[in-house]
Amino acid sequence: MSATQAATDDVLIARIAEGDRLAMQVLYGRHHVRVFRFGLRLVRNEQIAEDLISEVFLDVWRQAGKFEGRSAVSTWLLAITRFKALSALRRRKDAELDDEAAGAIEDTSDNPEVAVQKKDTSDALRRCLGGLSAEHREIVDLVYYHEKSVEEVAGIIGIPENTVKTRLFYARKKLAELLKAAGIERGWP
Amino acid sequence: MMAASKKIMEQEPGDIELLLPWHAAGTLNPRDSRKVEEALARDPELARQYAVIREEYAGTIDLNESLGAPSARAMQKLFAAIDAEPARKPGSSANIAARLSGFFSSLSPRTLAWSASLGAFALVLQAGIIAAVLMSNRPASFETASLSRNEPITRDLAAAPPSRALVRFVPDARVGDVTALLDKYQASIIDGAKGGMFRLQFANTAMSKDEFAGLLSRMQSEKIVSLAVATP
Repeated sequence: MSATQAATDDVLIARIAEGDRLAMQVLYGRHHVRVFRFGLRLVRNEQIAEDLISEVFLDVWRQAGKFEGRSAVSTWLLAITRFKALSALRRRKDAELDDEAAGAIEDTSDNPEVAVQKKDTSDALRRCLGGLSAEHREIVDLVYYHEKSVEEVAGIIGIPENTVKTRLFYARKKLAELLKAAGIERGWP
Repeated sequence: MMAASKKIMEQEPGDIELLLPWHAAGTLNPRDSRKVEEALARDPELARQYAVIREEYAGTIDLNESLGAPSARAMQKLFAAIDAEPARKPGSSANIAARLSGFFSSLSPRTLAWSASLGAFALVLQAGIIAAVLMSNRPASFETASLSRNEPITRDLAAAPPSRALVRFVPDARVGDVTALLDKYQASIIDGAKGGMFRLQFANTAMSKDEFAGLLSRMQSEKIVSLAVATP
Protein backbone atom coordinates (compact mmCIF):
# COMPACT_ATOMS: atom_id res chain seq x y z
CA MET A 1 0.00 0.00 0.00
CA SER A 2 1.33 3.42 -0.90
CA ALA A 3 2.04 6.16 1.62
CA THR A 4 -0.57 8.30 -0.14
CA GLN A 5 -3.26 5.68 0.35
CA ALA A 6 -2.25 5.27 4.00
CA ALA A 7 -2.62 9.03 4.47
CA THR A 8 -6.01 9.13 2.82
CA ASP A 9 -7.10 6.13 4.91
CA ASP A 10 -6.35 8.25 7.97
CA VAL A 11 -8.51 11.07 6.58
CA LEU A 12 -11.32 8.60 5.88
CA ILE A 13 -11.14 7.34 9.48
CA ALA A 14 -11.34 10.93 10.75
CA ARG A 15 -14.42 11.51 8.61
CA ILE A 16 -15.96 8.24 9.75
CA ALA A 17 -15.43 9.39 13.33
CA GLU A 18 -17.66 12.33 12.43
CA GLY A 19 -20.35 9.97 11.15
CA ASP A 20 -19.56 10.33 7.44
CA ARG A 21 -21.30 7.38 5.77
CA LEU A 22 -19.71 8.10 2.38
CA ALA A 23 -16.22 7.85 3.89
CA MET A 24 -17.26 4.48 5.31
CA GLN A 25 -18.28 3.30 1.85
CA VAL A 26 -14.93 4.37 0.41
CA LEU A 27 -12.95 2.63 3.15
CA TYR A 28 -15.08 -0.48 2.77
CA GLY A 29 -14.58 -0.52 -0.99
CA ARG A 30 -10.85 -0.17 -0.53
CA HIS A 31 -10.27 -2.90 2.06
CA HIS A 32 -13.19 -5.32 2.24
CA VAL A 33 -11.77 -7.92 -0.16
CA ARG A 34 -8.50 -8.27 1.74
CA VAL A 35 -10.32 -8.33 5.06
CA PHE A 36 -12.61 -11.05 3.66
CA ARG A 37 -9.72 -13.15 2.38
CA PHE A 38 -7.76 -12.84 5.61
CA GLY A 39 -10.85 -13.82 7.59
CA LEU A 40 -11.69 -16.66 5.24
CA ARG A 41 -8.21 -18.14 5.54
CA LEU A 42 -8.63 -18.11 9.32
CA VAL A 43 -12.20 -19.40 9.68
CA ARG A 44 -12.36 -21.43 6.43
CA ASN A 45 -16.04 -20.73 5.99
CA GLU A 46 -17.35 -18.18 3.48
CA GLN A 47 -20.55 -17.48 5.37
CA ILE A 48 -18.66 -16.75 8.59
CA ALA A 49 -16.04 -14.74 6.71
CA GLU A 50 -18.77 -12.53 5.21
CA ASP A 51 -20.29 -12.02 8.63
CA LEU A 52 -16.84 -11.09 9.88
CA ILE A 53 -16.57 -8.26 7.36
CA SER A 54 -19.75 -6.63 8.63
CA GLU A 55 -18.56 -6.99 12.21
CA VAL A 56 -15.09 -5.62 11.47
CA PHE A 57 -16.30 -2.53 9.62
CA LEU A 58 -19.07 -1.92 12.15
CA ASP A 59 -16.33 -1.85 14.79
CA VAL A 60 -14.46 0.66 12.64
CA TRP A 61 -17.60 2.81 12.46
CA ARG A 62 -17.94 2.71 16.24
CA GLN A 63 -14.27 3.02 17.16
CA ALA A 64 -12.98 5.41 14.48
CA GLY A 65 -12.82 8.26 16.99
CA LYS A 66 -10.38 6.25 19.08
CA PHE A 67 -8.03 5.42 16.21
CA GLU A 68 -4.75 7.20 16.97
CA GLY A 69 -2.90 6.46 13.76
CA ARG A 70 -0.07 4.57 15.46
CA SER A 71 -0.40 1.86 12.82
CA ALA A 72 -1.64 1.86 9.25
CA VAL A 73 -5.42 1.61 8.92
CA SER A 74 -4.98 -1.65 6.96
CA THR A 75 -2.99 -3.10 9.88
CA TRP A 76 -5.70 -2.01 12.31
CA LEU A 77 -8.35 -3.68 10.12
CA LEU A 78 -6.42 -6.96 10.02
CA ALA A 79 -5.94 -6.90 13.79
CA ILE A 80 -9.70 -6.45 14.28
CA THR A 81 -10.40 -9.18 11.72
CA ARG A 82 -8.09 -11.60 13.50
CA PHE A 83 -9.72 -10.89 16.86
CA LYS A 84 -13.20 -11.37 15.38
CA ALA A 85 -12.16 -14.54 13.56
CA LEU A 86 -10.73 -16.11 16.71
CA SER A 87 -13.88 -15.14 18.62
CA ALA A 88 -16.02 -16.71 15.89
CA LEU A 89 -13.95 -19.88 16.01
CA ARG A 90 -14.27 -20.08 19.77
CA ARG A 91 -18.03 -19.83 19.49
CA ARG A 92 -18.18 -22.95 17.39
CA LYS A 93 -17.80 -26.49 18.58
CA ASP A 94 -14.44 -28.04 17.78
CA ALA A 95 -15.92 -31.13 16.12
CA GLU A 96 -18.17 -29.05 13.88
CA LEU A 97 -15.24 -26.84 12.98
CA ASP A 98 -12.99 -29.74 12.08
CA ASP A 99 -15.61 -31.34 9.83
CA GLU A 100 -16.33 -28.14 7.98
CA ALA A 101 -12.68 -27.20 7.70
CA ALA A 102 -11.83 -30.56 6.20
CA GLY A 103 -14.64 -30.16 3.69
CA ALA A 104 -13.88 -26.55 2.88
CA ILE A 105 -10.25 -26.88 1.88
CA GLU A 106 -8.46 -29.92 0.62
CA ASP A 107 -5.38 -30.76 2.61
CA THR A 108 -2.37 -31.94 0.63
CA SER A 109 -0.95 -33.73 3.62
CA ASP A 110 -3.91 -36.11 3.40
CA ASN A 111 -3.67 -36.80 -0.31
CA PRO A 112 -0.11 -36.28 -1.54
CA GLU A 113 -0.65 -38.72 -4.40
CA VAL A 114 -3.01 -36.33 -6.09
CA ALA A 115 -0.39 -33.61 -6.15
CA VAL A 116 2.24 -36.04 -7.40
CA GLN A 117 -0.02 -37.10 -10.25
CA LYS A 118 -0.62 -33.54 -11.29
CA LYS A 119 3.08 -32.80 -11.39
CA ASP A 120 2.17 -29.23 -10.92
CA THR A 121 4.38 -27.46 -8.41
CA SER A 122 2.33 -24.30 -8.18
CA ASP A 123 -0.90 -26.24 -7.65
CA ALA A 124 0.78 -28.40 -5.02
CA LEU A 125 2.13 -25.28 -3.37
CA ARG A 126 -1.35 -23.80 -3.13
CA ARG A 127 -2.71 -27.02 -1.70
CA CYS A 128 0.08 -27.26 0.86
CA LEU A 129 -0.38 -23.63 1.87
CA GLY A 130 -3.99 -24.58 2.58
CA GLY A 131 -2.75 -27.50 4.66
CA LEU A 132 -0.76 -25.38 7.11
CA SER A 133 -2.03 -24.88 10.65
CA ALA A 134 -4.09 -21.74 11.36
CA GLU A 135 -1.12 -20.19 13.18
CA HIS A 136 1.18 -20.78 10.22
CA ARG A 137 -1.43 -19.79 7.61
CA GLU A 138 -2.00 -16.43 9.23
CA ILE A 139 1.66 -15.48 9.43
CA VAL A 140 2.36 -16.58 5.85
CA ASP A 141 -0.63 -14.56 4.62
CA LEU A 142 0.24 -11.48 6.65
CA VAL A 143 3.82 -11.37 5.35
CA TYR A 144 3.39 -12.51 1.75
CA TYR A 145 -0.12 -11.41 0.79
CA HIS A 146 -0.87 -8.50 3.10
CA GLU A 147 2.76 -7.33 2.94
CA LYS A 148 3.07 -6.52 6.60
CA SER A 149 6.44 -5.76 8.18
CA VAL A 150 7.87 -7.66 11.15
CA GLU A 151 6.66 -4.89 13.48
CA GLU A 152 3.17 -4.82 11.99
CA VAL A 153 2.76 -8.60 12.20
CA ALA A 154 3.94 -8.47 15.82
CA GLY A 155 1.27 -5.85 16.49
CA ILE A 156 -1.51 -7.76 14.75
CA ILE A 157 -0.80 -11.13 16.34
CA GLY A 158 0.42 -9.78 19.65
CA ILE A 159 3.77 -11.59 19.81
CA PRO A 160 7.40 -10.36 20.01
CA GLU A 161 9.15 -9.49 16.76
CA ASN A 162 11.69 -12.30 17.14
CA THR A 163 8.83 -14.78 17.53
CA VAL A 164 7.30 -13.40 14.33
CA LYS A 165 10.51 -14.18 12.45
CA THR A 166 11.00 -17.68 13.85
CA ARG A 167 7.30 -18.55 13.48
CA LEU A 168 7.41 -17.77 9.79
CA PHE A 169 10.62 -19.76 9.44
CA TYR A 170 8.99 -22.85 10.96
CA ALA A 171 5.83 -22.27 8.91
CA ARG A 172 8.05 -22.40 5.82
CA LYS A 173 9.73 -25.55 7.06
CA LYS A 174 6.35 -27.18 7.59
CA LEU A 175 5.35 -26.12 4.10
CA ALA A 176 8.51 -27.73 2.74
CA GLU A 177 7.62 -30.96 4.57
CA LEU A 178 4.12 -30.98 3.13
CA LEU A 179 5.52 -30.41 -0.34
CA LYS A 180 8.07 -33.18 0.11
CA ALA A 181 5.27 -35.52 1.18
CA ALA A 182 3.48 -34.49 -2.02
CA GLY A 183 6.56 -35.40 -4.03
CA ILE A 184 7.81 -31.88 -4.59
CA GLU A 185 11.48 -31.28 -3.80
CA ARG A 186 12.56 -27.68 -3.93
CA GLY A 187 16.09 -27.93 -2.61
CA TRP A 188 15.30 -26.39 0.77
CA PRO A 189 15.77 -27.19 3.58
CA MET B 1 30.77 -23.76 3.76
CA MET B 2 29.39 -20.38 4.42
CA ALA B 3 27.86 -19.40 7.73
CA ALA B 4 24.26 -19.06 6.59
CA SER B 5 24.37 -22.34 4.66
CA LYS B 6 25.80 -24.11 7.67
CA LYS B 7 22.94 -22.85 9.75
CA ILE B 8 20.46 -24.11 7.20
CA MET B 9 22.00 -27.58 7.44
CA GLU B 10 21.82 -27.43 11.22
CA GLN B 11 18.24 -26.18 10.86
CA GLU B 12 18.92 -23.18 13.04
CA PRO B 13 17.93 -20.03 11.23
CA GLY B 14 20.37 -17.15 11.09
CA ASP B 15 19.40 -13.51 11.46
CA ILE B 16 19.66 -12.77 7.76
CA GLU B 17 17.89 -15.97 6.82
CA LEU B 18 14.95 -15.02 9.00
CA LEU B 19 14.56 -11.76 7.11
CA LEU B 20 14.41 -13.31 3.64
CA PRO B 21 10.58 -13.47 3.41
CA TRP B 22 10.27 -9.76 4.18
CA HIS B 23 12.96 -9.01 1.65
CA ALA B 24 10.96 -10.91 -0.96
CA ALA B 25 7.84 -8.92 -0.01
CA GLY B 26 9.75 -5.63 -0.10
CA THR B 27 8.84 -4.68 3.45
CA LEU B 28 12.30 -4.46 5.01
CA ASN B 29 13.81 -1.14 5.97
CA PRO B 30 16.66 0.04 3.68
CA ARG B 31 19.37 -0.96 6.18
CA ASP B 32 18.18 -4.56 6.61
CA SER B 33 17.43 -4.80 2.92
CA ARG B 34 21.03 -3.85 2.12
CA LYS B 35 22.35 -6.45 4.59
CA VAL B 36 20.23 -9.15 2.98
CA GLU B 37 21.32 -8.12 -0.51
CA GLU B 38 24.98 -8.37 0.51
CA ALA B 39 24.46 -11.78 2.11
CA LEU B 40 22.62 -13.07 -0.96
CA ALA B 41 25.46 -11.91 -3.18
CA ARG B 42 28.10 -13.87 -1.26
CA ASP B 43 26.14 -16.98 -0.23
CA PRO B 44 24.72 -19.20 -3.03
CA GLU B 45 22.88 -21.44 -0.55
CA LEU B 46 21.09 -18.45 0.88
CA ALA B 47 20.28 -17.30 -2.65
CA ARG B 48 18.80 -20.73 -3.41
CA GLN B 49 16.60 -20.50 -0.34
CA TYR B 50 15.57 -17.02 -1.43
CA ALA B 51 14.46 -18.40 -4.78
CA VAL B 52 12.28 -20.91 -2.91
CA ILE B 53 10.83 -18.08 -0.82
CA ARG B 54 9.92 -16.16 -3.96
CA GLU B 55 7.96 -19.20 -5.15
CA GLU B 56 6.14 -19.32 -1.80
CA TYR B 57 5.46 -15.61 -2.06
CA ALA B 58 3.93 -15.98 -5.53
CA GLY B 59 2.01 -19.08 -4.45
CA THR B 60 0.51 -17.30 -1.44
CA ILE B 61 -0.66 -14.40 -3.58
CA ASP B 62 -2.06 -16.84 -6.11
CA LEU B 63 -3.94 -18.73 -3.39
CA ASN B 64 -5.40 -15.61 -1.81
CA GLU B 65 -6.44 -14.12 -5.13
CA SER B 66 -8.28 -17.34 -5.92
CA LEU B 67 -10.46 -16.88 -2.84
CA GLY B 68 -12.70 -14.42 -4.66
CA ALA B 69 -14.63 -11.61 -3.03
CA PRO B 70 -17.54 -11.41 -0.64
CA SER B 71 -21.10 -11.00 -1.89
CA ALA B 72 -23.03 -7.73 -1.72
CA ARG B 73 -24.87 -9.17 1.28
CA ALA B 74 -21.94 -8.28 3.54
CA MET B 75 -22.10 -4.61 2.58
CA GLN B 76 -25.89 -4.49 2.87
CA LYS B 77 -25.69 -6.02 6.32
CA LEU B 78 -23.00 -3.56 7.39
CA PHE B 79 -24.87 -0.45 6.29
CA ALA B 80 -28.15 -1.71 7.72
CA ALA B 81 -26.31 -2.03 11.04
CA ILE B 82 -24.78 1.44 10.63
CA ASP B 83 -28.21 2.91 9.90
CA ALA B 84 -29.48 1.33 13.11
CA GLU B 85 -26.69 2.99 15.11
CA PRO B 86 -27.58 6.11 17.11
CA ALA B 87 -26.66 9.38 15.40
CA ARG B 88 -23.41 10.75 16.71
CA LYS B 89 -22.39 14.27 17.56
CA PRO B 90 -19.27 15.66 15.94
CA GLY B 91 -16.39 14.90 18.29
CA SER B 92 -13.23 16.78 18.96
CA SER B 93 -11.01 13.91 17.91
CA ALA B 94 -11.23 14.58 14.21
CA ASN B 95 -8.97 17.22 12.81
CA ILE B 96 -9.99 20.37 11.03
CA ALA B 97 -8.88 18.92 7.68
CA ALA B 98 -11.34 16.10 7.91
CA ARG B 99 -14.12 18.44 8.94
CA LEU B 100 -13.37 20.87 6.16
CA SER B 101 -13.07 18.17 3.53
CA GLY B 102 -16.33 16.69 4.74
CA PHE B 103 -17.95 20.09 4.67
CA PHE B 104 -16.82 20.84 1.14
CA SER B 105 -17.82 17.42 -0.11
CA SER B 106 -21.35 18.11 1.09
CA LEU B 107 -21.64 21.33 -0.91
CA SER B 108 -23.10 21.49 -4.40
CA PRO B 109 -20.88 22.86 -7.18
CA ARG B 110 -23.06 26.00 -7.29
CA THR B 111 -22.61 26.61 -3.58
CA LEU B 112 -18.89 26.05 -3.89
CA ALA B 113 -18.76 28.60 -6.68
CA TRP B 114 -20.58 31.14 -4.52
CA SER B 115 -18.23 30.43 -1.64
CA ALA B 116 -15.24 30.98 -3.88
CA SER B 117 -16.73 34.29 -5.02
CA LEU B 118 -17.24 35.31 -1.41
CA GLY B 119 -13.63 34.43 -0.65
CA ALA B 120 -12.42 36.50 -3.59
CA PHE B 121 -14.56 39.42 -2.42
CA ALA B 122 -13.11 39.11 1.06
CA LEU B 123 -9.60 39.26 -0.40
CA VAL B 124 -10.43 42.42 -2.34
CA LEU B 125 -11.95 43.89 0.82
CA GLN B 126 -8.81 43.07 2.75
CA ALA B 127 -6.65 44.71 0.09
CA GLY B 128 -8.84 47.81 0.26
CA ILE B 129 -8.54 48.00 4.03
CA ILE B 130 -4.78 47.61 3.96
CA ALA B 131 -4.46 50.23 1.23
CA ALA B 132 -6.60 52.67 3.21
CA VAL B 133 -4.51 52.08 6.31
CA LEU B 134 -1.27 52.63 4.44
CA MET B 135 -2.49 55.86 2.89
CA SER B 136 -3.50 57.36 6.17
CA ASN B 137 -1.47 57.09 9.35
CA ARG B 138 -3.88 59.25 11.27
CA PRO B 139 -5.82 57.70 14.11
CA ALA B 140 -9.41 56.85 13.37
CA SER B 141 -11.45 60.01 13.38
CA PHE B 142 -14.15 61.74 11.42
CA GLU B 143 -14.89 65.35 10.48
CA THR B 144 -18.22 67.07 10.84
CA ALA B 145 -19.98 68.79 7.96
CA SER B 146 -19.77 72.10 9.85
CA LEU B 147 -16.05 71.80 10.14
CA SER B 148 -14.13 75.05 10.14
CA ARG B 149 -11.03 74.96 7.98
CA ASN B 150 -8.90 76.68 10.56
CA GLU B 151 -10.06 74.82 13.59
CA PRO B 152 -10.95 71.25 12.74
CA ILE B 153 -13.11 69.56 15.26
CA THR B 154 -12.32 65.89 15.64
CA ARG B 155 -13.59 63.25 17.96
CA ASP B 156 -12.12 59.80 18.77
CA LEU B 157 -14.30 56.81 18.19
CA ALA B 158 -14.83 55.99 21.82
CA ALA B 159 -17.34 53.18 21.38
CA ALA B 160 -15.48 51.24 18.67
CA PRO B 161 -17.12 48.06 17.37
CA PRO B 162 -15.37 44.77 18.22
CA SER B 163 -12.57 43.72 15.88
CA ARG B 164 -13.52 40.68 13.83
CA ALA B 165 -11.88 38.62 11.14
CA LEU B 166 -12.70 35.82 8.76
CA VAL B 167 -10.06 33.12 9.04
CA ARG B 168 -9.41 29.98 7.01
CA PHE B 169 -7.15 27.34 8.51
CA VAL B 170 -4.85 25.07 6.53
CA PRO B 171 -6.35 21.63 5.84
CA ASP B 172 -4.11 19.75 8.29
CA ALA B 173 -4.63 22.15 11.19
CA ARG B 174 -5.50 20.30 14.35
CA VAL B 175 -7.97 21.36 16.99
CA GLY B 176 -5.15 21.80 19.51
CA ASP B 177 -3.28 24.15 17.15
CA VAL B 178 -6.40 26.22 16.56
CA THR B 179 -7.11 26.46 20.28
CA ALA B 180 -3.53 27.62 20.94
CA LEU B 181 -3.84 30.24 18.21
CA LEU B 182 -7.10 31.55 19.67
CA ASP B 183 -5.43 31.88 23.08
CA LYS B 184 -2.43 33.64 21.59
CA TYR B 185 -4.54 36.27 19.86
CA GLN B 186 -7.19 36.42 22.58
CA ALA B 187 -9.80 35.58 20.00
CA SER B 188 -12.90 33.45 20.00
CA ILE B 189 -14.87 31.82 17.20
CA ILE B 190 -18.26 33.44 16.97
CA ASP B 191 -19.46 31.70 13.83
CA GLY B 192 -18.82 28.25 12.36
CA ALA B 193 -17.05 27.09 9.25
CA LYS B 194 -19.30 28.72 6.65
CA GLY B 195 -17.61 28.29 3.32
CA GLY B 196 -14.58 27.03 5.17
CA MET B 197 -14.14 30.39 6.94
CA PHE B 198 -14.40 30.91 10.68
CA ARG B 199 -15.54 34.30 12.05
CA LEU B 200 -13.27 35.36 14.91
CA GLN B 201 -13.78 38.17 17.41
CA PHE B 202 -10.84 39.66 19.31
CA ALA B 203 -10.99 40.52 23.00
CA ASN B 204 -9.01 43.72 22.53
CA THR B 205 -11.55 46.29 21.31
CA ALA B 206 -9.22 49.27 21.69
CA MET B 207 -7.10 48.48 18.63
CA SER B 208 -6.56 51.15 16.02
CA LYS B 209 -6.83 50.22 12.36
CA ASP B 210 -3.06 50.05 12.17
CA GLU B 211 -2.84 47.74 15.14
CA PHE B 212 -5.60 45.54 13.81
CA ALA B 213 -4.01 45.36 10.36
CA GLY B 214 -0.72 44.40 12.04
CA LEU B 215 -2.47 41.71 14.06
CA LEU B 216 -4.09 40.28 10.95
CA SER B 217 -0.76 40.35 9.19
CA ARG B 218 0.83 38.39 12.04
CA MET B 219 -2.05 35.95 12.08
CA GLN B 220 -1.79 35.51 8.32
CA SER B 221 1.83 34.45 8.75
CA GLU B 222 0.90 31.69 11.22
CA LYS B 223 1.57 28.19 9.86
CA ILE B 224 -1.98 26.95 10.39
CA VAL B 225 -3.66 30.03 8.86
CA SER B 226 -4.15 30.20 5.11
CA LEU B 227 -6.23 33.37 5.10
CA ALA B 228 -7.12 36.08 7.63
CA VAL B 229 -9.17 39.09 6.58
CA ALA B 230 -11.01 41.77 8.51
CA THR B 231 -14.77 41.57 8.60
CA PRO B 232 -17.47 43.78 10.11
